This record gives sequence, C-alpha cells and structure tokens, in this order.
Amino acid sequence: MAERLLLRCRDIPDLRRLDVYVAHGGYEATRKALTTCSPEQLVGIVKTSNLRGRGGAGFPTGLKWSFLPKQTAKPVYLAVNADESEPGTFKDRLIIEQDPHQLLEGIIISAYAIRCHTAYIYIRGEFALGAERFEAAIAEARQAGFLGKNVLGTGFDLDVWVHRGAGAYICGEETGLIESLEGKRGYPRIKPPFPATHGLFGCPTIVNNVETLACVPHIVLRGADWFRAIGPEKSPGPKLFCVSGHVVRPGTYELPMGTPLREIIYDHAGGIPGDRKLKGVIPGGASMPVFTADEIDVPMDMDSVQKAGSFLGSAGIMVMDETVCMVWTALVIARFFHHESCGQCTPCREGTGWLEKVLRRLEYGEGTATAADVDLLLNIAGNMMGTTICALSDAAAMPARAFVTKYRAEFEEHAALGRCPFRPIAEPSRRHAHA
Amino acid sequence: MPTLEIDGGKVDVADGLTVLQAAERAGIEIPHYCWHPGLTIAGNCRMCLVEIEKIPKLQIACNTRVADGMVVHTTSEKTKAAQRAVLEFLLINHPIDCPVCDQAGECKLQEYYMDYDRQRSRVPLPAKVRKKKAIPIGPLVMLDQERCILCARCTRFLDEVTHTSELAIYERGDHCEIELAPGRVLDNPYSGNVVDICPVGALTSRDFRFRARVWYLERAESVCGACANGCNIEIYHREDRIFRFQPRQNLAVNQYWMCDNGRLSYRDLQGEGRLMQPVVRGEDEFVGSTWASAIGQAAGRLADLARDGDPGAVGIVVSAQAPNEEVFLLRRLGAALGARMAGISWSPPGAFHDDFLVKADKNPNTSGLRLQGLGDAGAVDDLIRAAAAGELRALVLHRTDLTAWRDAAAVQAALERVPCLVVIDTDRREVAAYADVVLPLATYAECDGTFTNHAGRVQRFHTAVAPPAEARPGWAVLGELVARLGGGEPPASAAAAFDALAAECEAFRDLRYDALGAEGQPVAGA
Repeated sequence: MAERLLLRCRDIPDLRRLDVYVAHGGYEATRKALTTCSPEQLVGIVKTSNLRGRGGAGFPTGLKWSFLPKQTAKPVYLAVNADESEPGTFKDRLIIEQDPHQLLEGIIISAYAIRCHTAYIYIRGEFALGAERFEAAIAEARQAGFLGKNVLGTGFDLDVWVHRGAGAYICGEETGLIESLEGKRGYPRIKPPFPATHGLFGCPTIVNNVETLACVPHIVLRGADWFRAIGPEKSPGPKLFCVSGHVVRPGTYELPMGTPLREIIYDHAGGIPGDRKLKGVIPGGASMPVFTADEIDVPMDMDSVQKAGSFLGSAGIMVMDETVCMVWTALVIARFFHHESCGQCTPCREGTGWLEKVLRRLEYGEGTATAADVDLLLNIAGNMMGTTICALSDAAAMPARAFVTKYRAEFEEHAALGRCPFRPIAEPSRRHAHA
Repeated sequence: MPTLEIDGGKVDVADGLTVLQAAERAGIEIPHYCWHPGLTIAGNCRMCLVEIEKIPKLQIACNTRVADGMVVHTTSEKTKAAQRAVLEFLLINHPIDCPVCDQAGECKLQEYYMDYDRQRSRVPLPAKVRKKKAIPIGPLVMLDQERCILCARCTRFLDEVTHTSELAIYERGDHCEIELAPGRVLDNPYSGNVVDICPVGALTSRDFRFRARVWYLERAESVCGACANGCNIEIYHREDRIFRFQPRQNLAVNQYWMCDNGRLSYRDLQGEGRLMQPVVRGEDEFVGSTWASAIGQAAGRLADLARDGDPGAVGIVVSAQAPNEEVFLLRRLGAALGARMAGISWSPPGAFHDDFLVKADKNPNTSGLRLQGLGDAGAVDDLIRAAAAGELRALVLHRTDLTAWRDAAAVQAALERVPCLVVIDTDRREVAAYADVVLPLATYAECDGTFTNHAGRVQRFHTAVAPPAEARPGWAVLGELVARLGGGEPPASAAAAFDALAAECEAFRDLRYDALGAEGQPVAGA
C-alpha cells in the first residue's frame, strides 16, 4: 500500500495541530457523517466494511455496536481503550501522540452512530505525552465546534473526557477498564451481563480500541467497499504492525491486512541483523503463541494467523534470532503476567506465579529443576486455560504452552544441564515492583 | 418454568435461578467458595465450574442461569479435572497449618480437598508466598492472610450489607491480600459475620478461637434473646457450656446474619450471678430449700394472702424477658389468685439500635407479652404505688429487675411494705434482697419454649445445655405453682404449655408448637 492513512503523521509535519489537520481534509468525514447519515446508516456502513477490533480480540465492530439496546432511557457511553499495554505493542500511542484529531474524528462519528453524548478515553498512565496532546486536541476541537453542544450545527452533543490509567495491564480488558473508569479496582467483570447492556455506571457502553476508531473516518469518506477490498474480505483494512526485537528497522508499519509475516520481517523491517538465523516470532503481542522460523509464511490477518495456531492479537511482532534462550523468554513473559494478574480468579492468581517459579527454576535454579518440570509447565498452563473471568489467564498460559511445545528440546536441555546453555543473561528481578 | 437435566436427573426450577441453585434444590452439591446467597455474585473462586452440554468451555454454576433443555454434568471427567485443578491452585500458596488453625473441622479447603482433590502437593513449602499471620483487625476478628483464598466474601459483606467497607483487597496476583483500609478498624456492629462467612481460616473469631475444636461441639437451634428482633441462631455447646452463637438462616428475620452484641450475649447466660437453688427467708437470712418446700411455701403464702385480702391484694409483674409459655402460666397464676397483672418491657435508655437487625427493645418477647394482654406500661407503676400505699399483700416478680428499671429508692420503699415477695428469675438481682421466696429459672438456652419477635413471629428455641445446679425451666416451675393453687394441671412440656396458650389466646389460635418449624410462624394478623 503506497498511501499511508493511519500513519499520515509520518508524511505531514505537525498533523496533530488542528489547523494542519483541517488543511489536509480533516473533519470532512465528521461533517459527512453527521450531516448526511443517520446513526443507523453509520452502523450499517461499519458493519458492511467488516471492520474488526484492533485491540486484540478482533470482534466485528459494527456487530458490537448493534448489541446496544434499541430503546433505553439510560445514557449510552463510548469508552475508548487507549490503555495500550500489551508487550511489543506501540501503535495506539503513535496515533494519540501524533494524530489525535484522527482518533477524535473516529470518536465523534462512532459516538453519533451509537447515540452517545459522553465519551471517555482511558489512556495508559505512562502515556503522559499522549494524554497532554489529546487534552490539547479536545480543547482545539471544542473551540472549533467539533465537540460540545450542537456539533457542527447538527444538534448533536458530545463531550469527551480523558481518564488516565494508573499502570495496570488488566485495565485494558474492557470490563476492567470500565471498573477502573468508575474509580474502582480494575477487576474484570463476570459476563453476562455484557457492557453493551450493563457497562459504565450500569449503562449501555461500547468499548473500542484507538486504532479501530481511527479507521472509522476513512470508512466514512471512502466507503465500506473500499475498506473491505483491502486485504482479506473477512478481516480487511489498513493495519498497523509493531515490529520489535532482532530486526534491522524496528518500528510501526502501516500495511494492508494480510501482508505475509515473512515480508514484514524481511522486507519492511529489513530482516535479521548480522545475518543471524531467525529462531522465533511472536505475531500478536506477548500473550500470543510463538511461531517458529518455519511458520512465518502466514498472511497477517486475524483468520489466517488463527488458522496457523496463534492470534493476530495487537499485531505486536517480536522477532527473536538464534541467540535468544526460549526458556528465558518464556520466563520474562510469565513474569509479566504474574505481575499483572489482578488476582481475582484462582487459576490465574495462583497459576501465573507458579509458571514463573518453574521457569525461573529451569533458567536460574542451578540444578533444582527436573525433567518433570517441562511437563509440569504444560500441565499448569492447561489448567489455567478457559477457566477464568477474563482472558489474562489464557494470555499467560498460551505463550508458556507454545514455548514448551515448540522448543521442548531446549527446555529439556536446561533441566538436564541444570543451567542455561546460552550466554549468561541477567536474571529478571524476583521482586514485585509493588511489593 | 425451565426443565434441565443435572447428572442425569430432570429438575424443574423457577426461571432466573442459577445452575448452582437448581442443583442445590435437586440435592446435588456443586462445591463453591465465593458464592454466598446473601451477597452479589463474584464468580472468582472458579470452584463451581461445571460442564454444560453445547457450551465449549466449562461454566461457573453460580453465574449461569438455567435454561430449558440444559444438560449439566457436575461429576464428569472434565468437571472433576477442573475441580482438582482449582483446589491445587488454591493450595499451592496455602500454609497448610491446619493443626494450629482454628477453622479446622469447619474449613471448606479441608472438606473439598478430601472430597474433590486428594493429590500430593507439587509445590515445595519454601516456594510458597509468605504473608502476614494473626493480625487483630477488630475487637472480634483475627486475620491470617496466608490462609485467605481471596473469595471476597468478607469485602462484599462489608460493602453490600453493612456499607462500611473496612476491608479491601490490596496488591495483585498471588500477592493479593485482604487488609484493613488505612486508619480503619473492623468494629462495625456486625463485624462477627465475616468470620461466619469466611470459608477458610483467614478470619477467625477472637472470642472463640482456641477454646474448642468444633468437632467436639454440639449444636442447638435457638433464637437470640438480646433484642426484639429474634435473630435465628445456633448455640454451639459442650458439656453444658456454651461456646458461641452463630446466625442461622431465616430470610424473614435475619437473613444470614446477627449483630455482635447478640453474638456475645451467650456470656450473659452463664454469668456469675446465676441463681442456683431455691431459697426461702429464714429467721434472719436466706436458707436453701428443696423445690417442693419452696414452691409449697410460695403457694401457701400467696393463697393465704389472696384469700384474706381484697381482690387485687396480690400483684404479679411479668417481664418481656419471659417466653410465651411463662407469660401464659403467670396469667393462670394471676387468675387463680385474683391478682393484678402488670407487664414490663424495659430497655436501657439510649441503647444502640439501627434500621437493620438491632432493635431498641432489648427484650425478646415484648410482642408476646402484649398479645397476651400485658402491654400497659402504666400497670407496673400502679402496682408500685399500690405497694407503697400498703394495698398489696403479696408481689410476684418474674424475671424483673424492678429496682434497676424504676426509681430504686421508691421501689425499695414500696417493696418494704409488701408482706410477701416471691422472686422467680434466672439471675440474682437487687430485688431478691427483699424476697421471701426465690425460685431459680433456666435461661432460654437451657429449656424449650417460644418468643414472639417484634414483627409477631413466634419462634422456638431448643434446650442446648442443662440449667446450672437446681435451676428449672420456667414452664415447669410455674406449672407446679399454678397447680398448687388449684389453677389447673401442670403442663407436661413447653409444647403443652404453648398449645394451651394457643387454645385460649386469639392471636396464637392458628399455631401449634410442633408446627412452628425451624423458622417460626407469624401470629394471627402479623
């Protein structure tokens, strides 16, 4: 794709400023949506576009919107999920910091479509610059009449509020986000009921990812058919891929959905430095199963990656060359999920810590690990999957299981040697940052 | 009304019930920790995961609504594997200190481990997460964070029932712990309930812990006598000592809860001041007597004074501490003597009460007294005035501390002018000093009987322990006294006394002792 849309900020300096944004056709989509479409028509357009959520689960956006009650006396809320915390993911941050009005347009149009008059953007606490820039964008937009009472003279009212998170990964889970937004501990809620009927403050609520909403203005301007024609029909559109690890040019790439993983690594990101061999790739953020070097001929769209045994997730592509110890990598990931488990459900609260302990024993245990620990990891991971309120338990178990299954010999070698056969690597802290 | 299948059996249940509730009604236990009928659904412990056909993942029975045609398996291999896994997870950081844990014997971790798990630990002891132990968090409650399974029953109780939120969960993952909010103490009037609902040894009672292993204790169904609410309780006892009160479920009265004051009121039932044997006034001091002799003397003097005096020469004061049966028999006594009757329901002024369970009326049977026609508050003062005026020849005080409840000097002056004072009570009080005969009674923990609570619900209490020394149940003592005075045959039991009351008294007419059930019945019109 020659033309960049989501990342126009790369081509247009100062795009984050309203005057620059408007000079490049900004807010035309908003004007078009609010003056020529009914909310129902907009929901229809987004449905037809086959836009699927960019946060990780890939749920069809238009379908999600249509779960809102048709008649309700309660206010409808839009909660923008900007709690981008999945390790290896740095795409939403770019949009918020560099092109906030694109997101704001997506929010305004989507809010209009779902008859919402108050939207919240829940921004990851660490994104201080993003929060500042988005606040500034809101102020500019309000002054220009794109927000507040009677948006563009259409009679539509909308307020957008910035809410900054406090550093918990789990607040990116949509009901954890809602609880946190209500001022409570970020505990995911049991479902049913679902947010579309009982969400924020008990009212109908839609939670959408930043990149998802950023797609909406483009769909409005260019049409659902245009969008659906980019990449595979059932999982289409422009997509941001975050490439990190052992590549020559790490960074965020805007490419058509379905671009092959091999092409992303070797063409766009410039391949592995120093002519070292590829060992493995995590395709969708730390919670997704790893691909071996033989498994990278997969189109990067939701359905294809799932068919290949992993998930597109947040499209955080983490590339590992032959120098990487997979036990150590599994340990670092396990440690993350142990640290981030909210502690509500038994299997996740206890299982994430147990996984970390066993992996640490294999990597740094100086002979205390045994061959049985390899199967123990699989067993713990198996018991953690599909048994909890939210997906964090699966998010911790899936990568552990994939690392053990796909690099089993390496795990067994650790157990047999009683140490890590790779060069010594600093042990990740045993301390909990908050303990 | 959906029909579902649970473990091969068809179950018809009301719409809106959960699978867990439906199974319970079918007599099938689905193990659970966090679910409690009096709290919102948390769904966090994952112990109630069950296999439901046509749903790919196991579902938590506590939050899954029944649907017609649903097929549930609570003992399938998939369900059993999940139960084993959850129990293993719960135990990997548990200290397994059962030998020194007061919850042992009533611990759901122990029970479910034996029922659903029974595997060897795969986590070495030194690898366990350590947390704080034996932290006093309030006057009644001790916290052990290591034993906690984070089911959030306590925090939900404090958020949803008392609305006081003293406790919360802090930290994350397996470092999560229950802890007091900064600057708070768990001292609300219902704090003891968190101990009852804690399924493990994390919250134990500072009053009860280490005093008895629960498997040595027996239980009796009873009703708390600390106020007019009549919270249903169980009395835990052994060798004629009471060790604790715990609330017993009654949705119409106390749901699942009781107040701390009521919970600790068992102490009042076995205090130092209990009357141990009948005594009569001798030449210049009280002398111990046999029951036959003491009742004989009381009956003889009352009969003489009633016969010789004007109608109304004998007065009887009945307090709202008396069970329905005793009130009834005292009315019979009054009829036999042509006596003036007065009821008294006294509570300490300014005593704590709220709009939940605790009532300002600190008597368990004020309604029972009123329904039997002894409700006139002025009648007692009339009697005191009559006594002071020298008009009373004899006075019977039943469970009444008149000197404490009215102006002490005036009462003492009045009592000195009454030739014969019969005191019938459980405990030694001021008025006993003026008595001619003192008859010791059993408390409600020591006999059978009924109280009528503030809302007119008649509730049974059962004998838990034996009365101390020679004290006897009130229905037996009064029955005999009435019989001696020709007022009718003595009842053979509390049940007989109650049924005789029901036969005579309009409000109780539809009630039968044996049909009152565990949760009581309302009087007519209540």
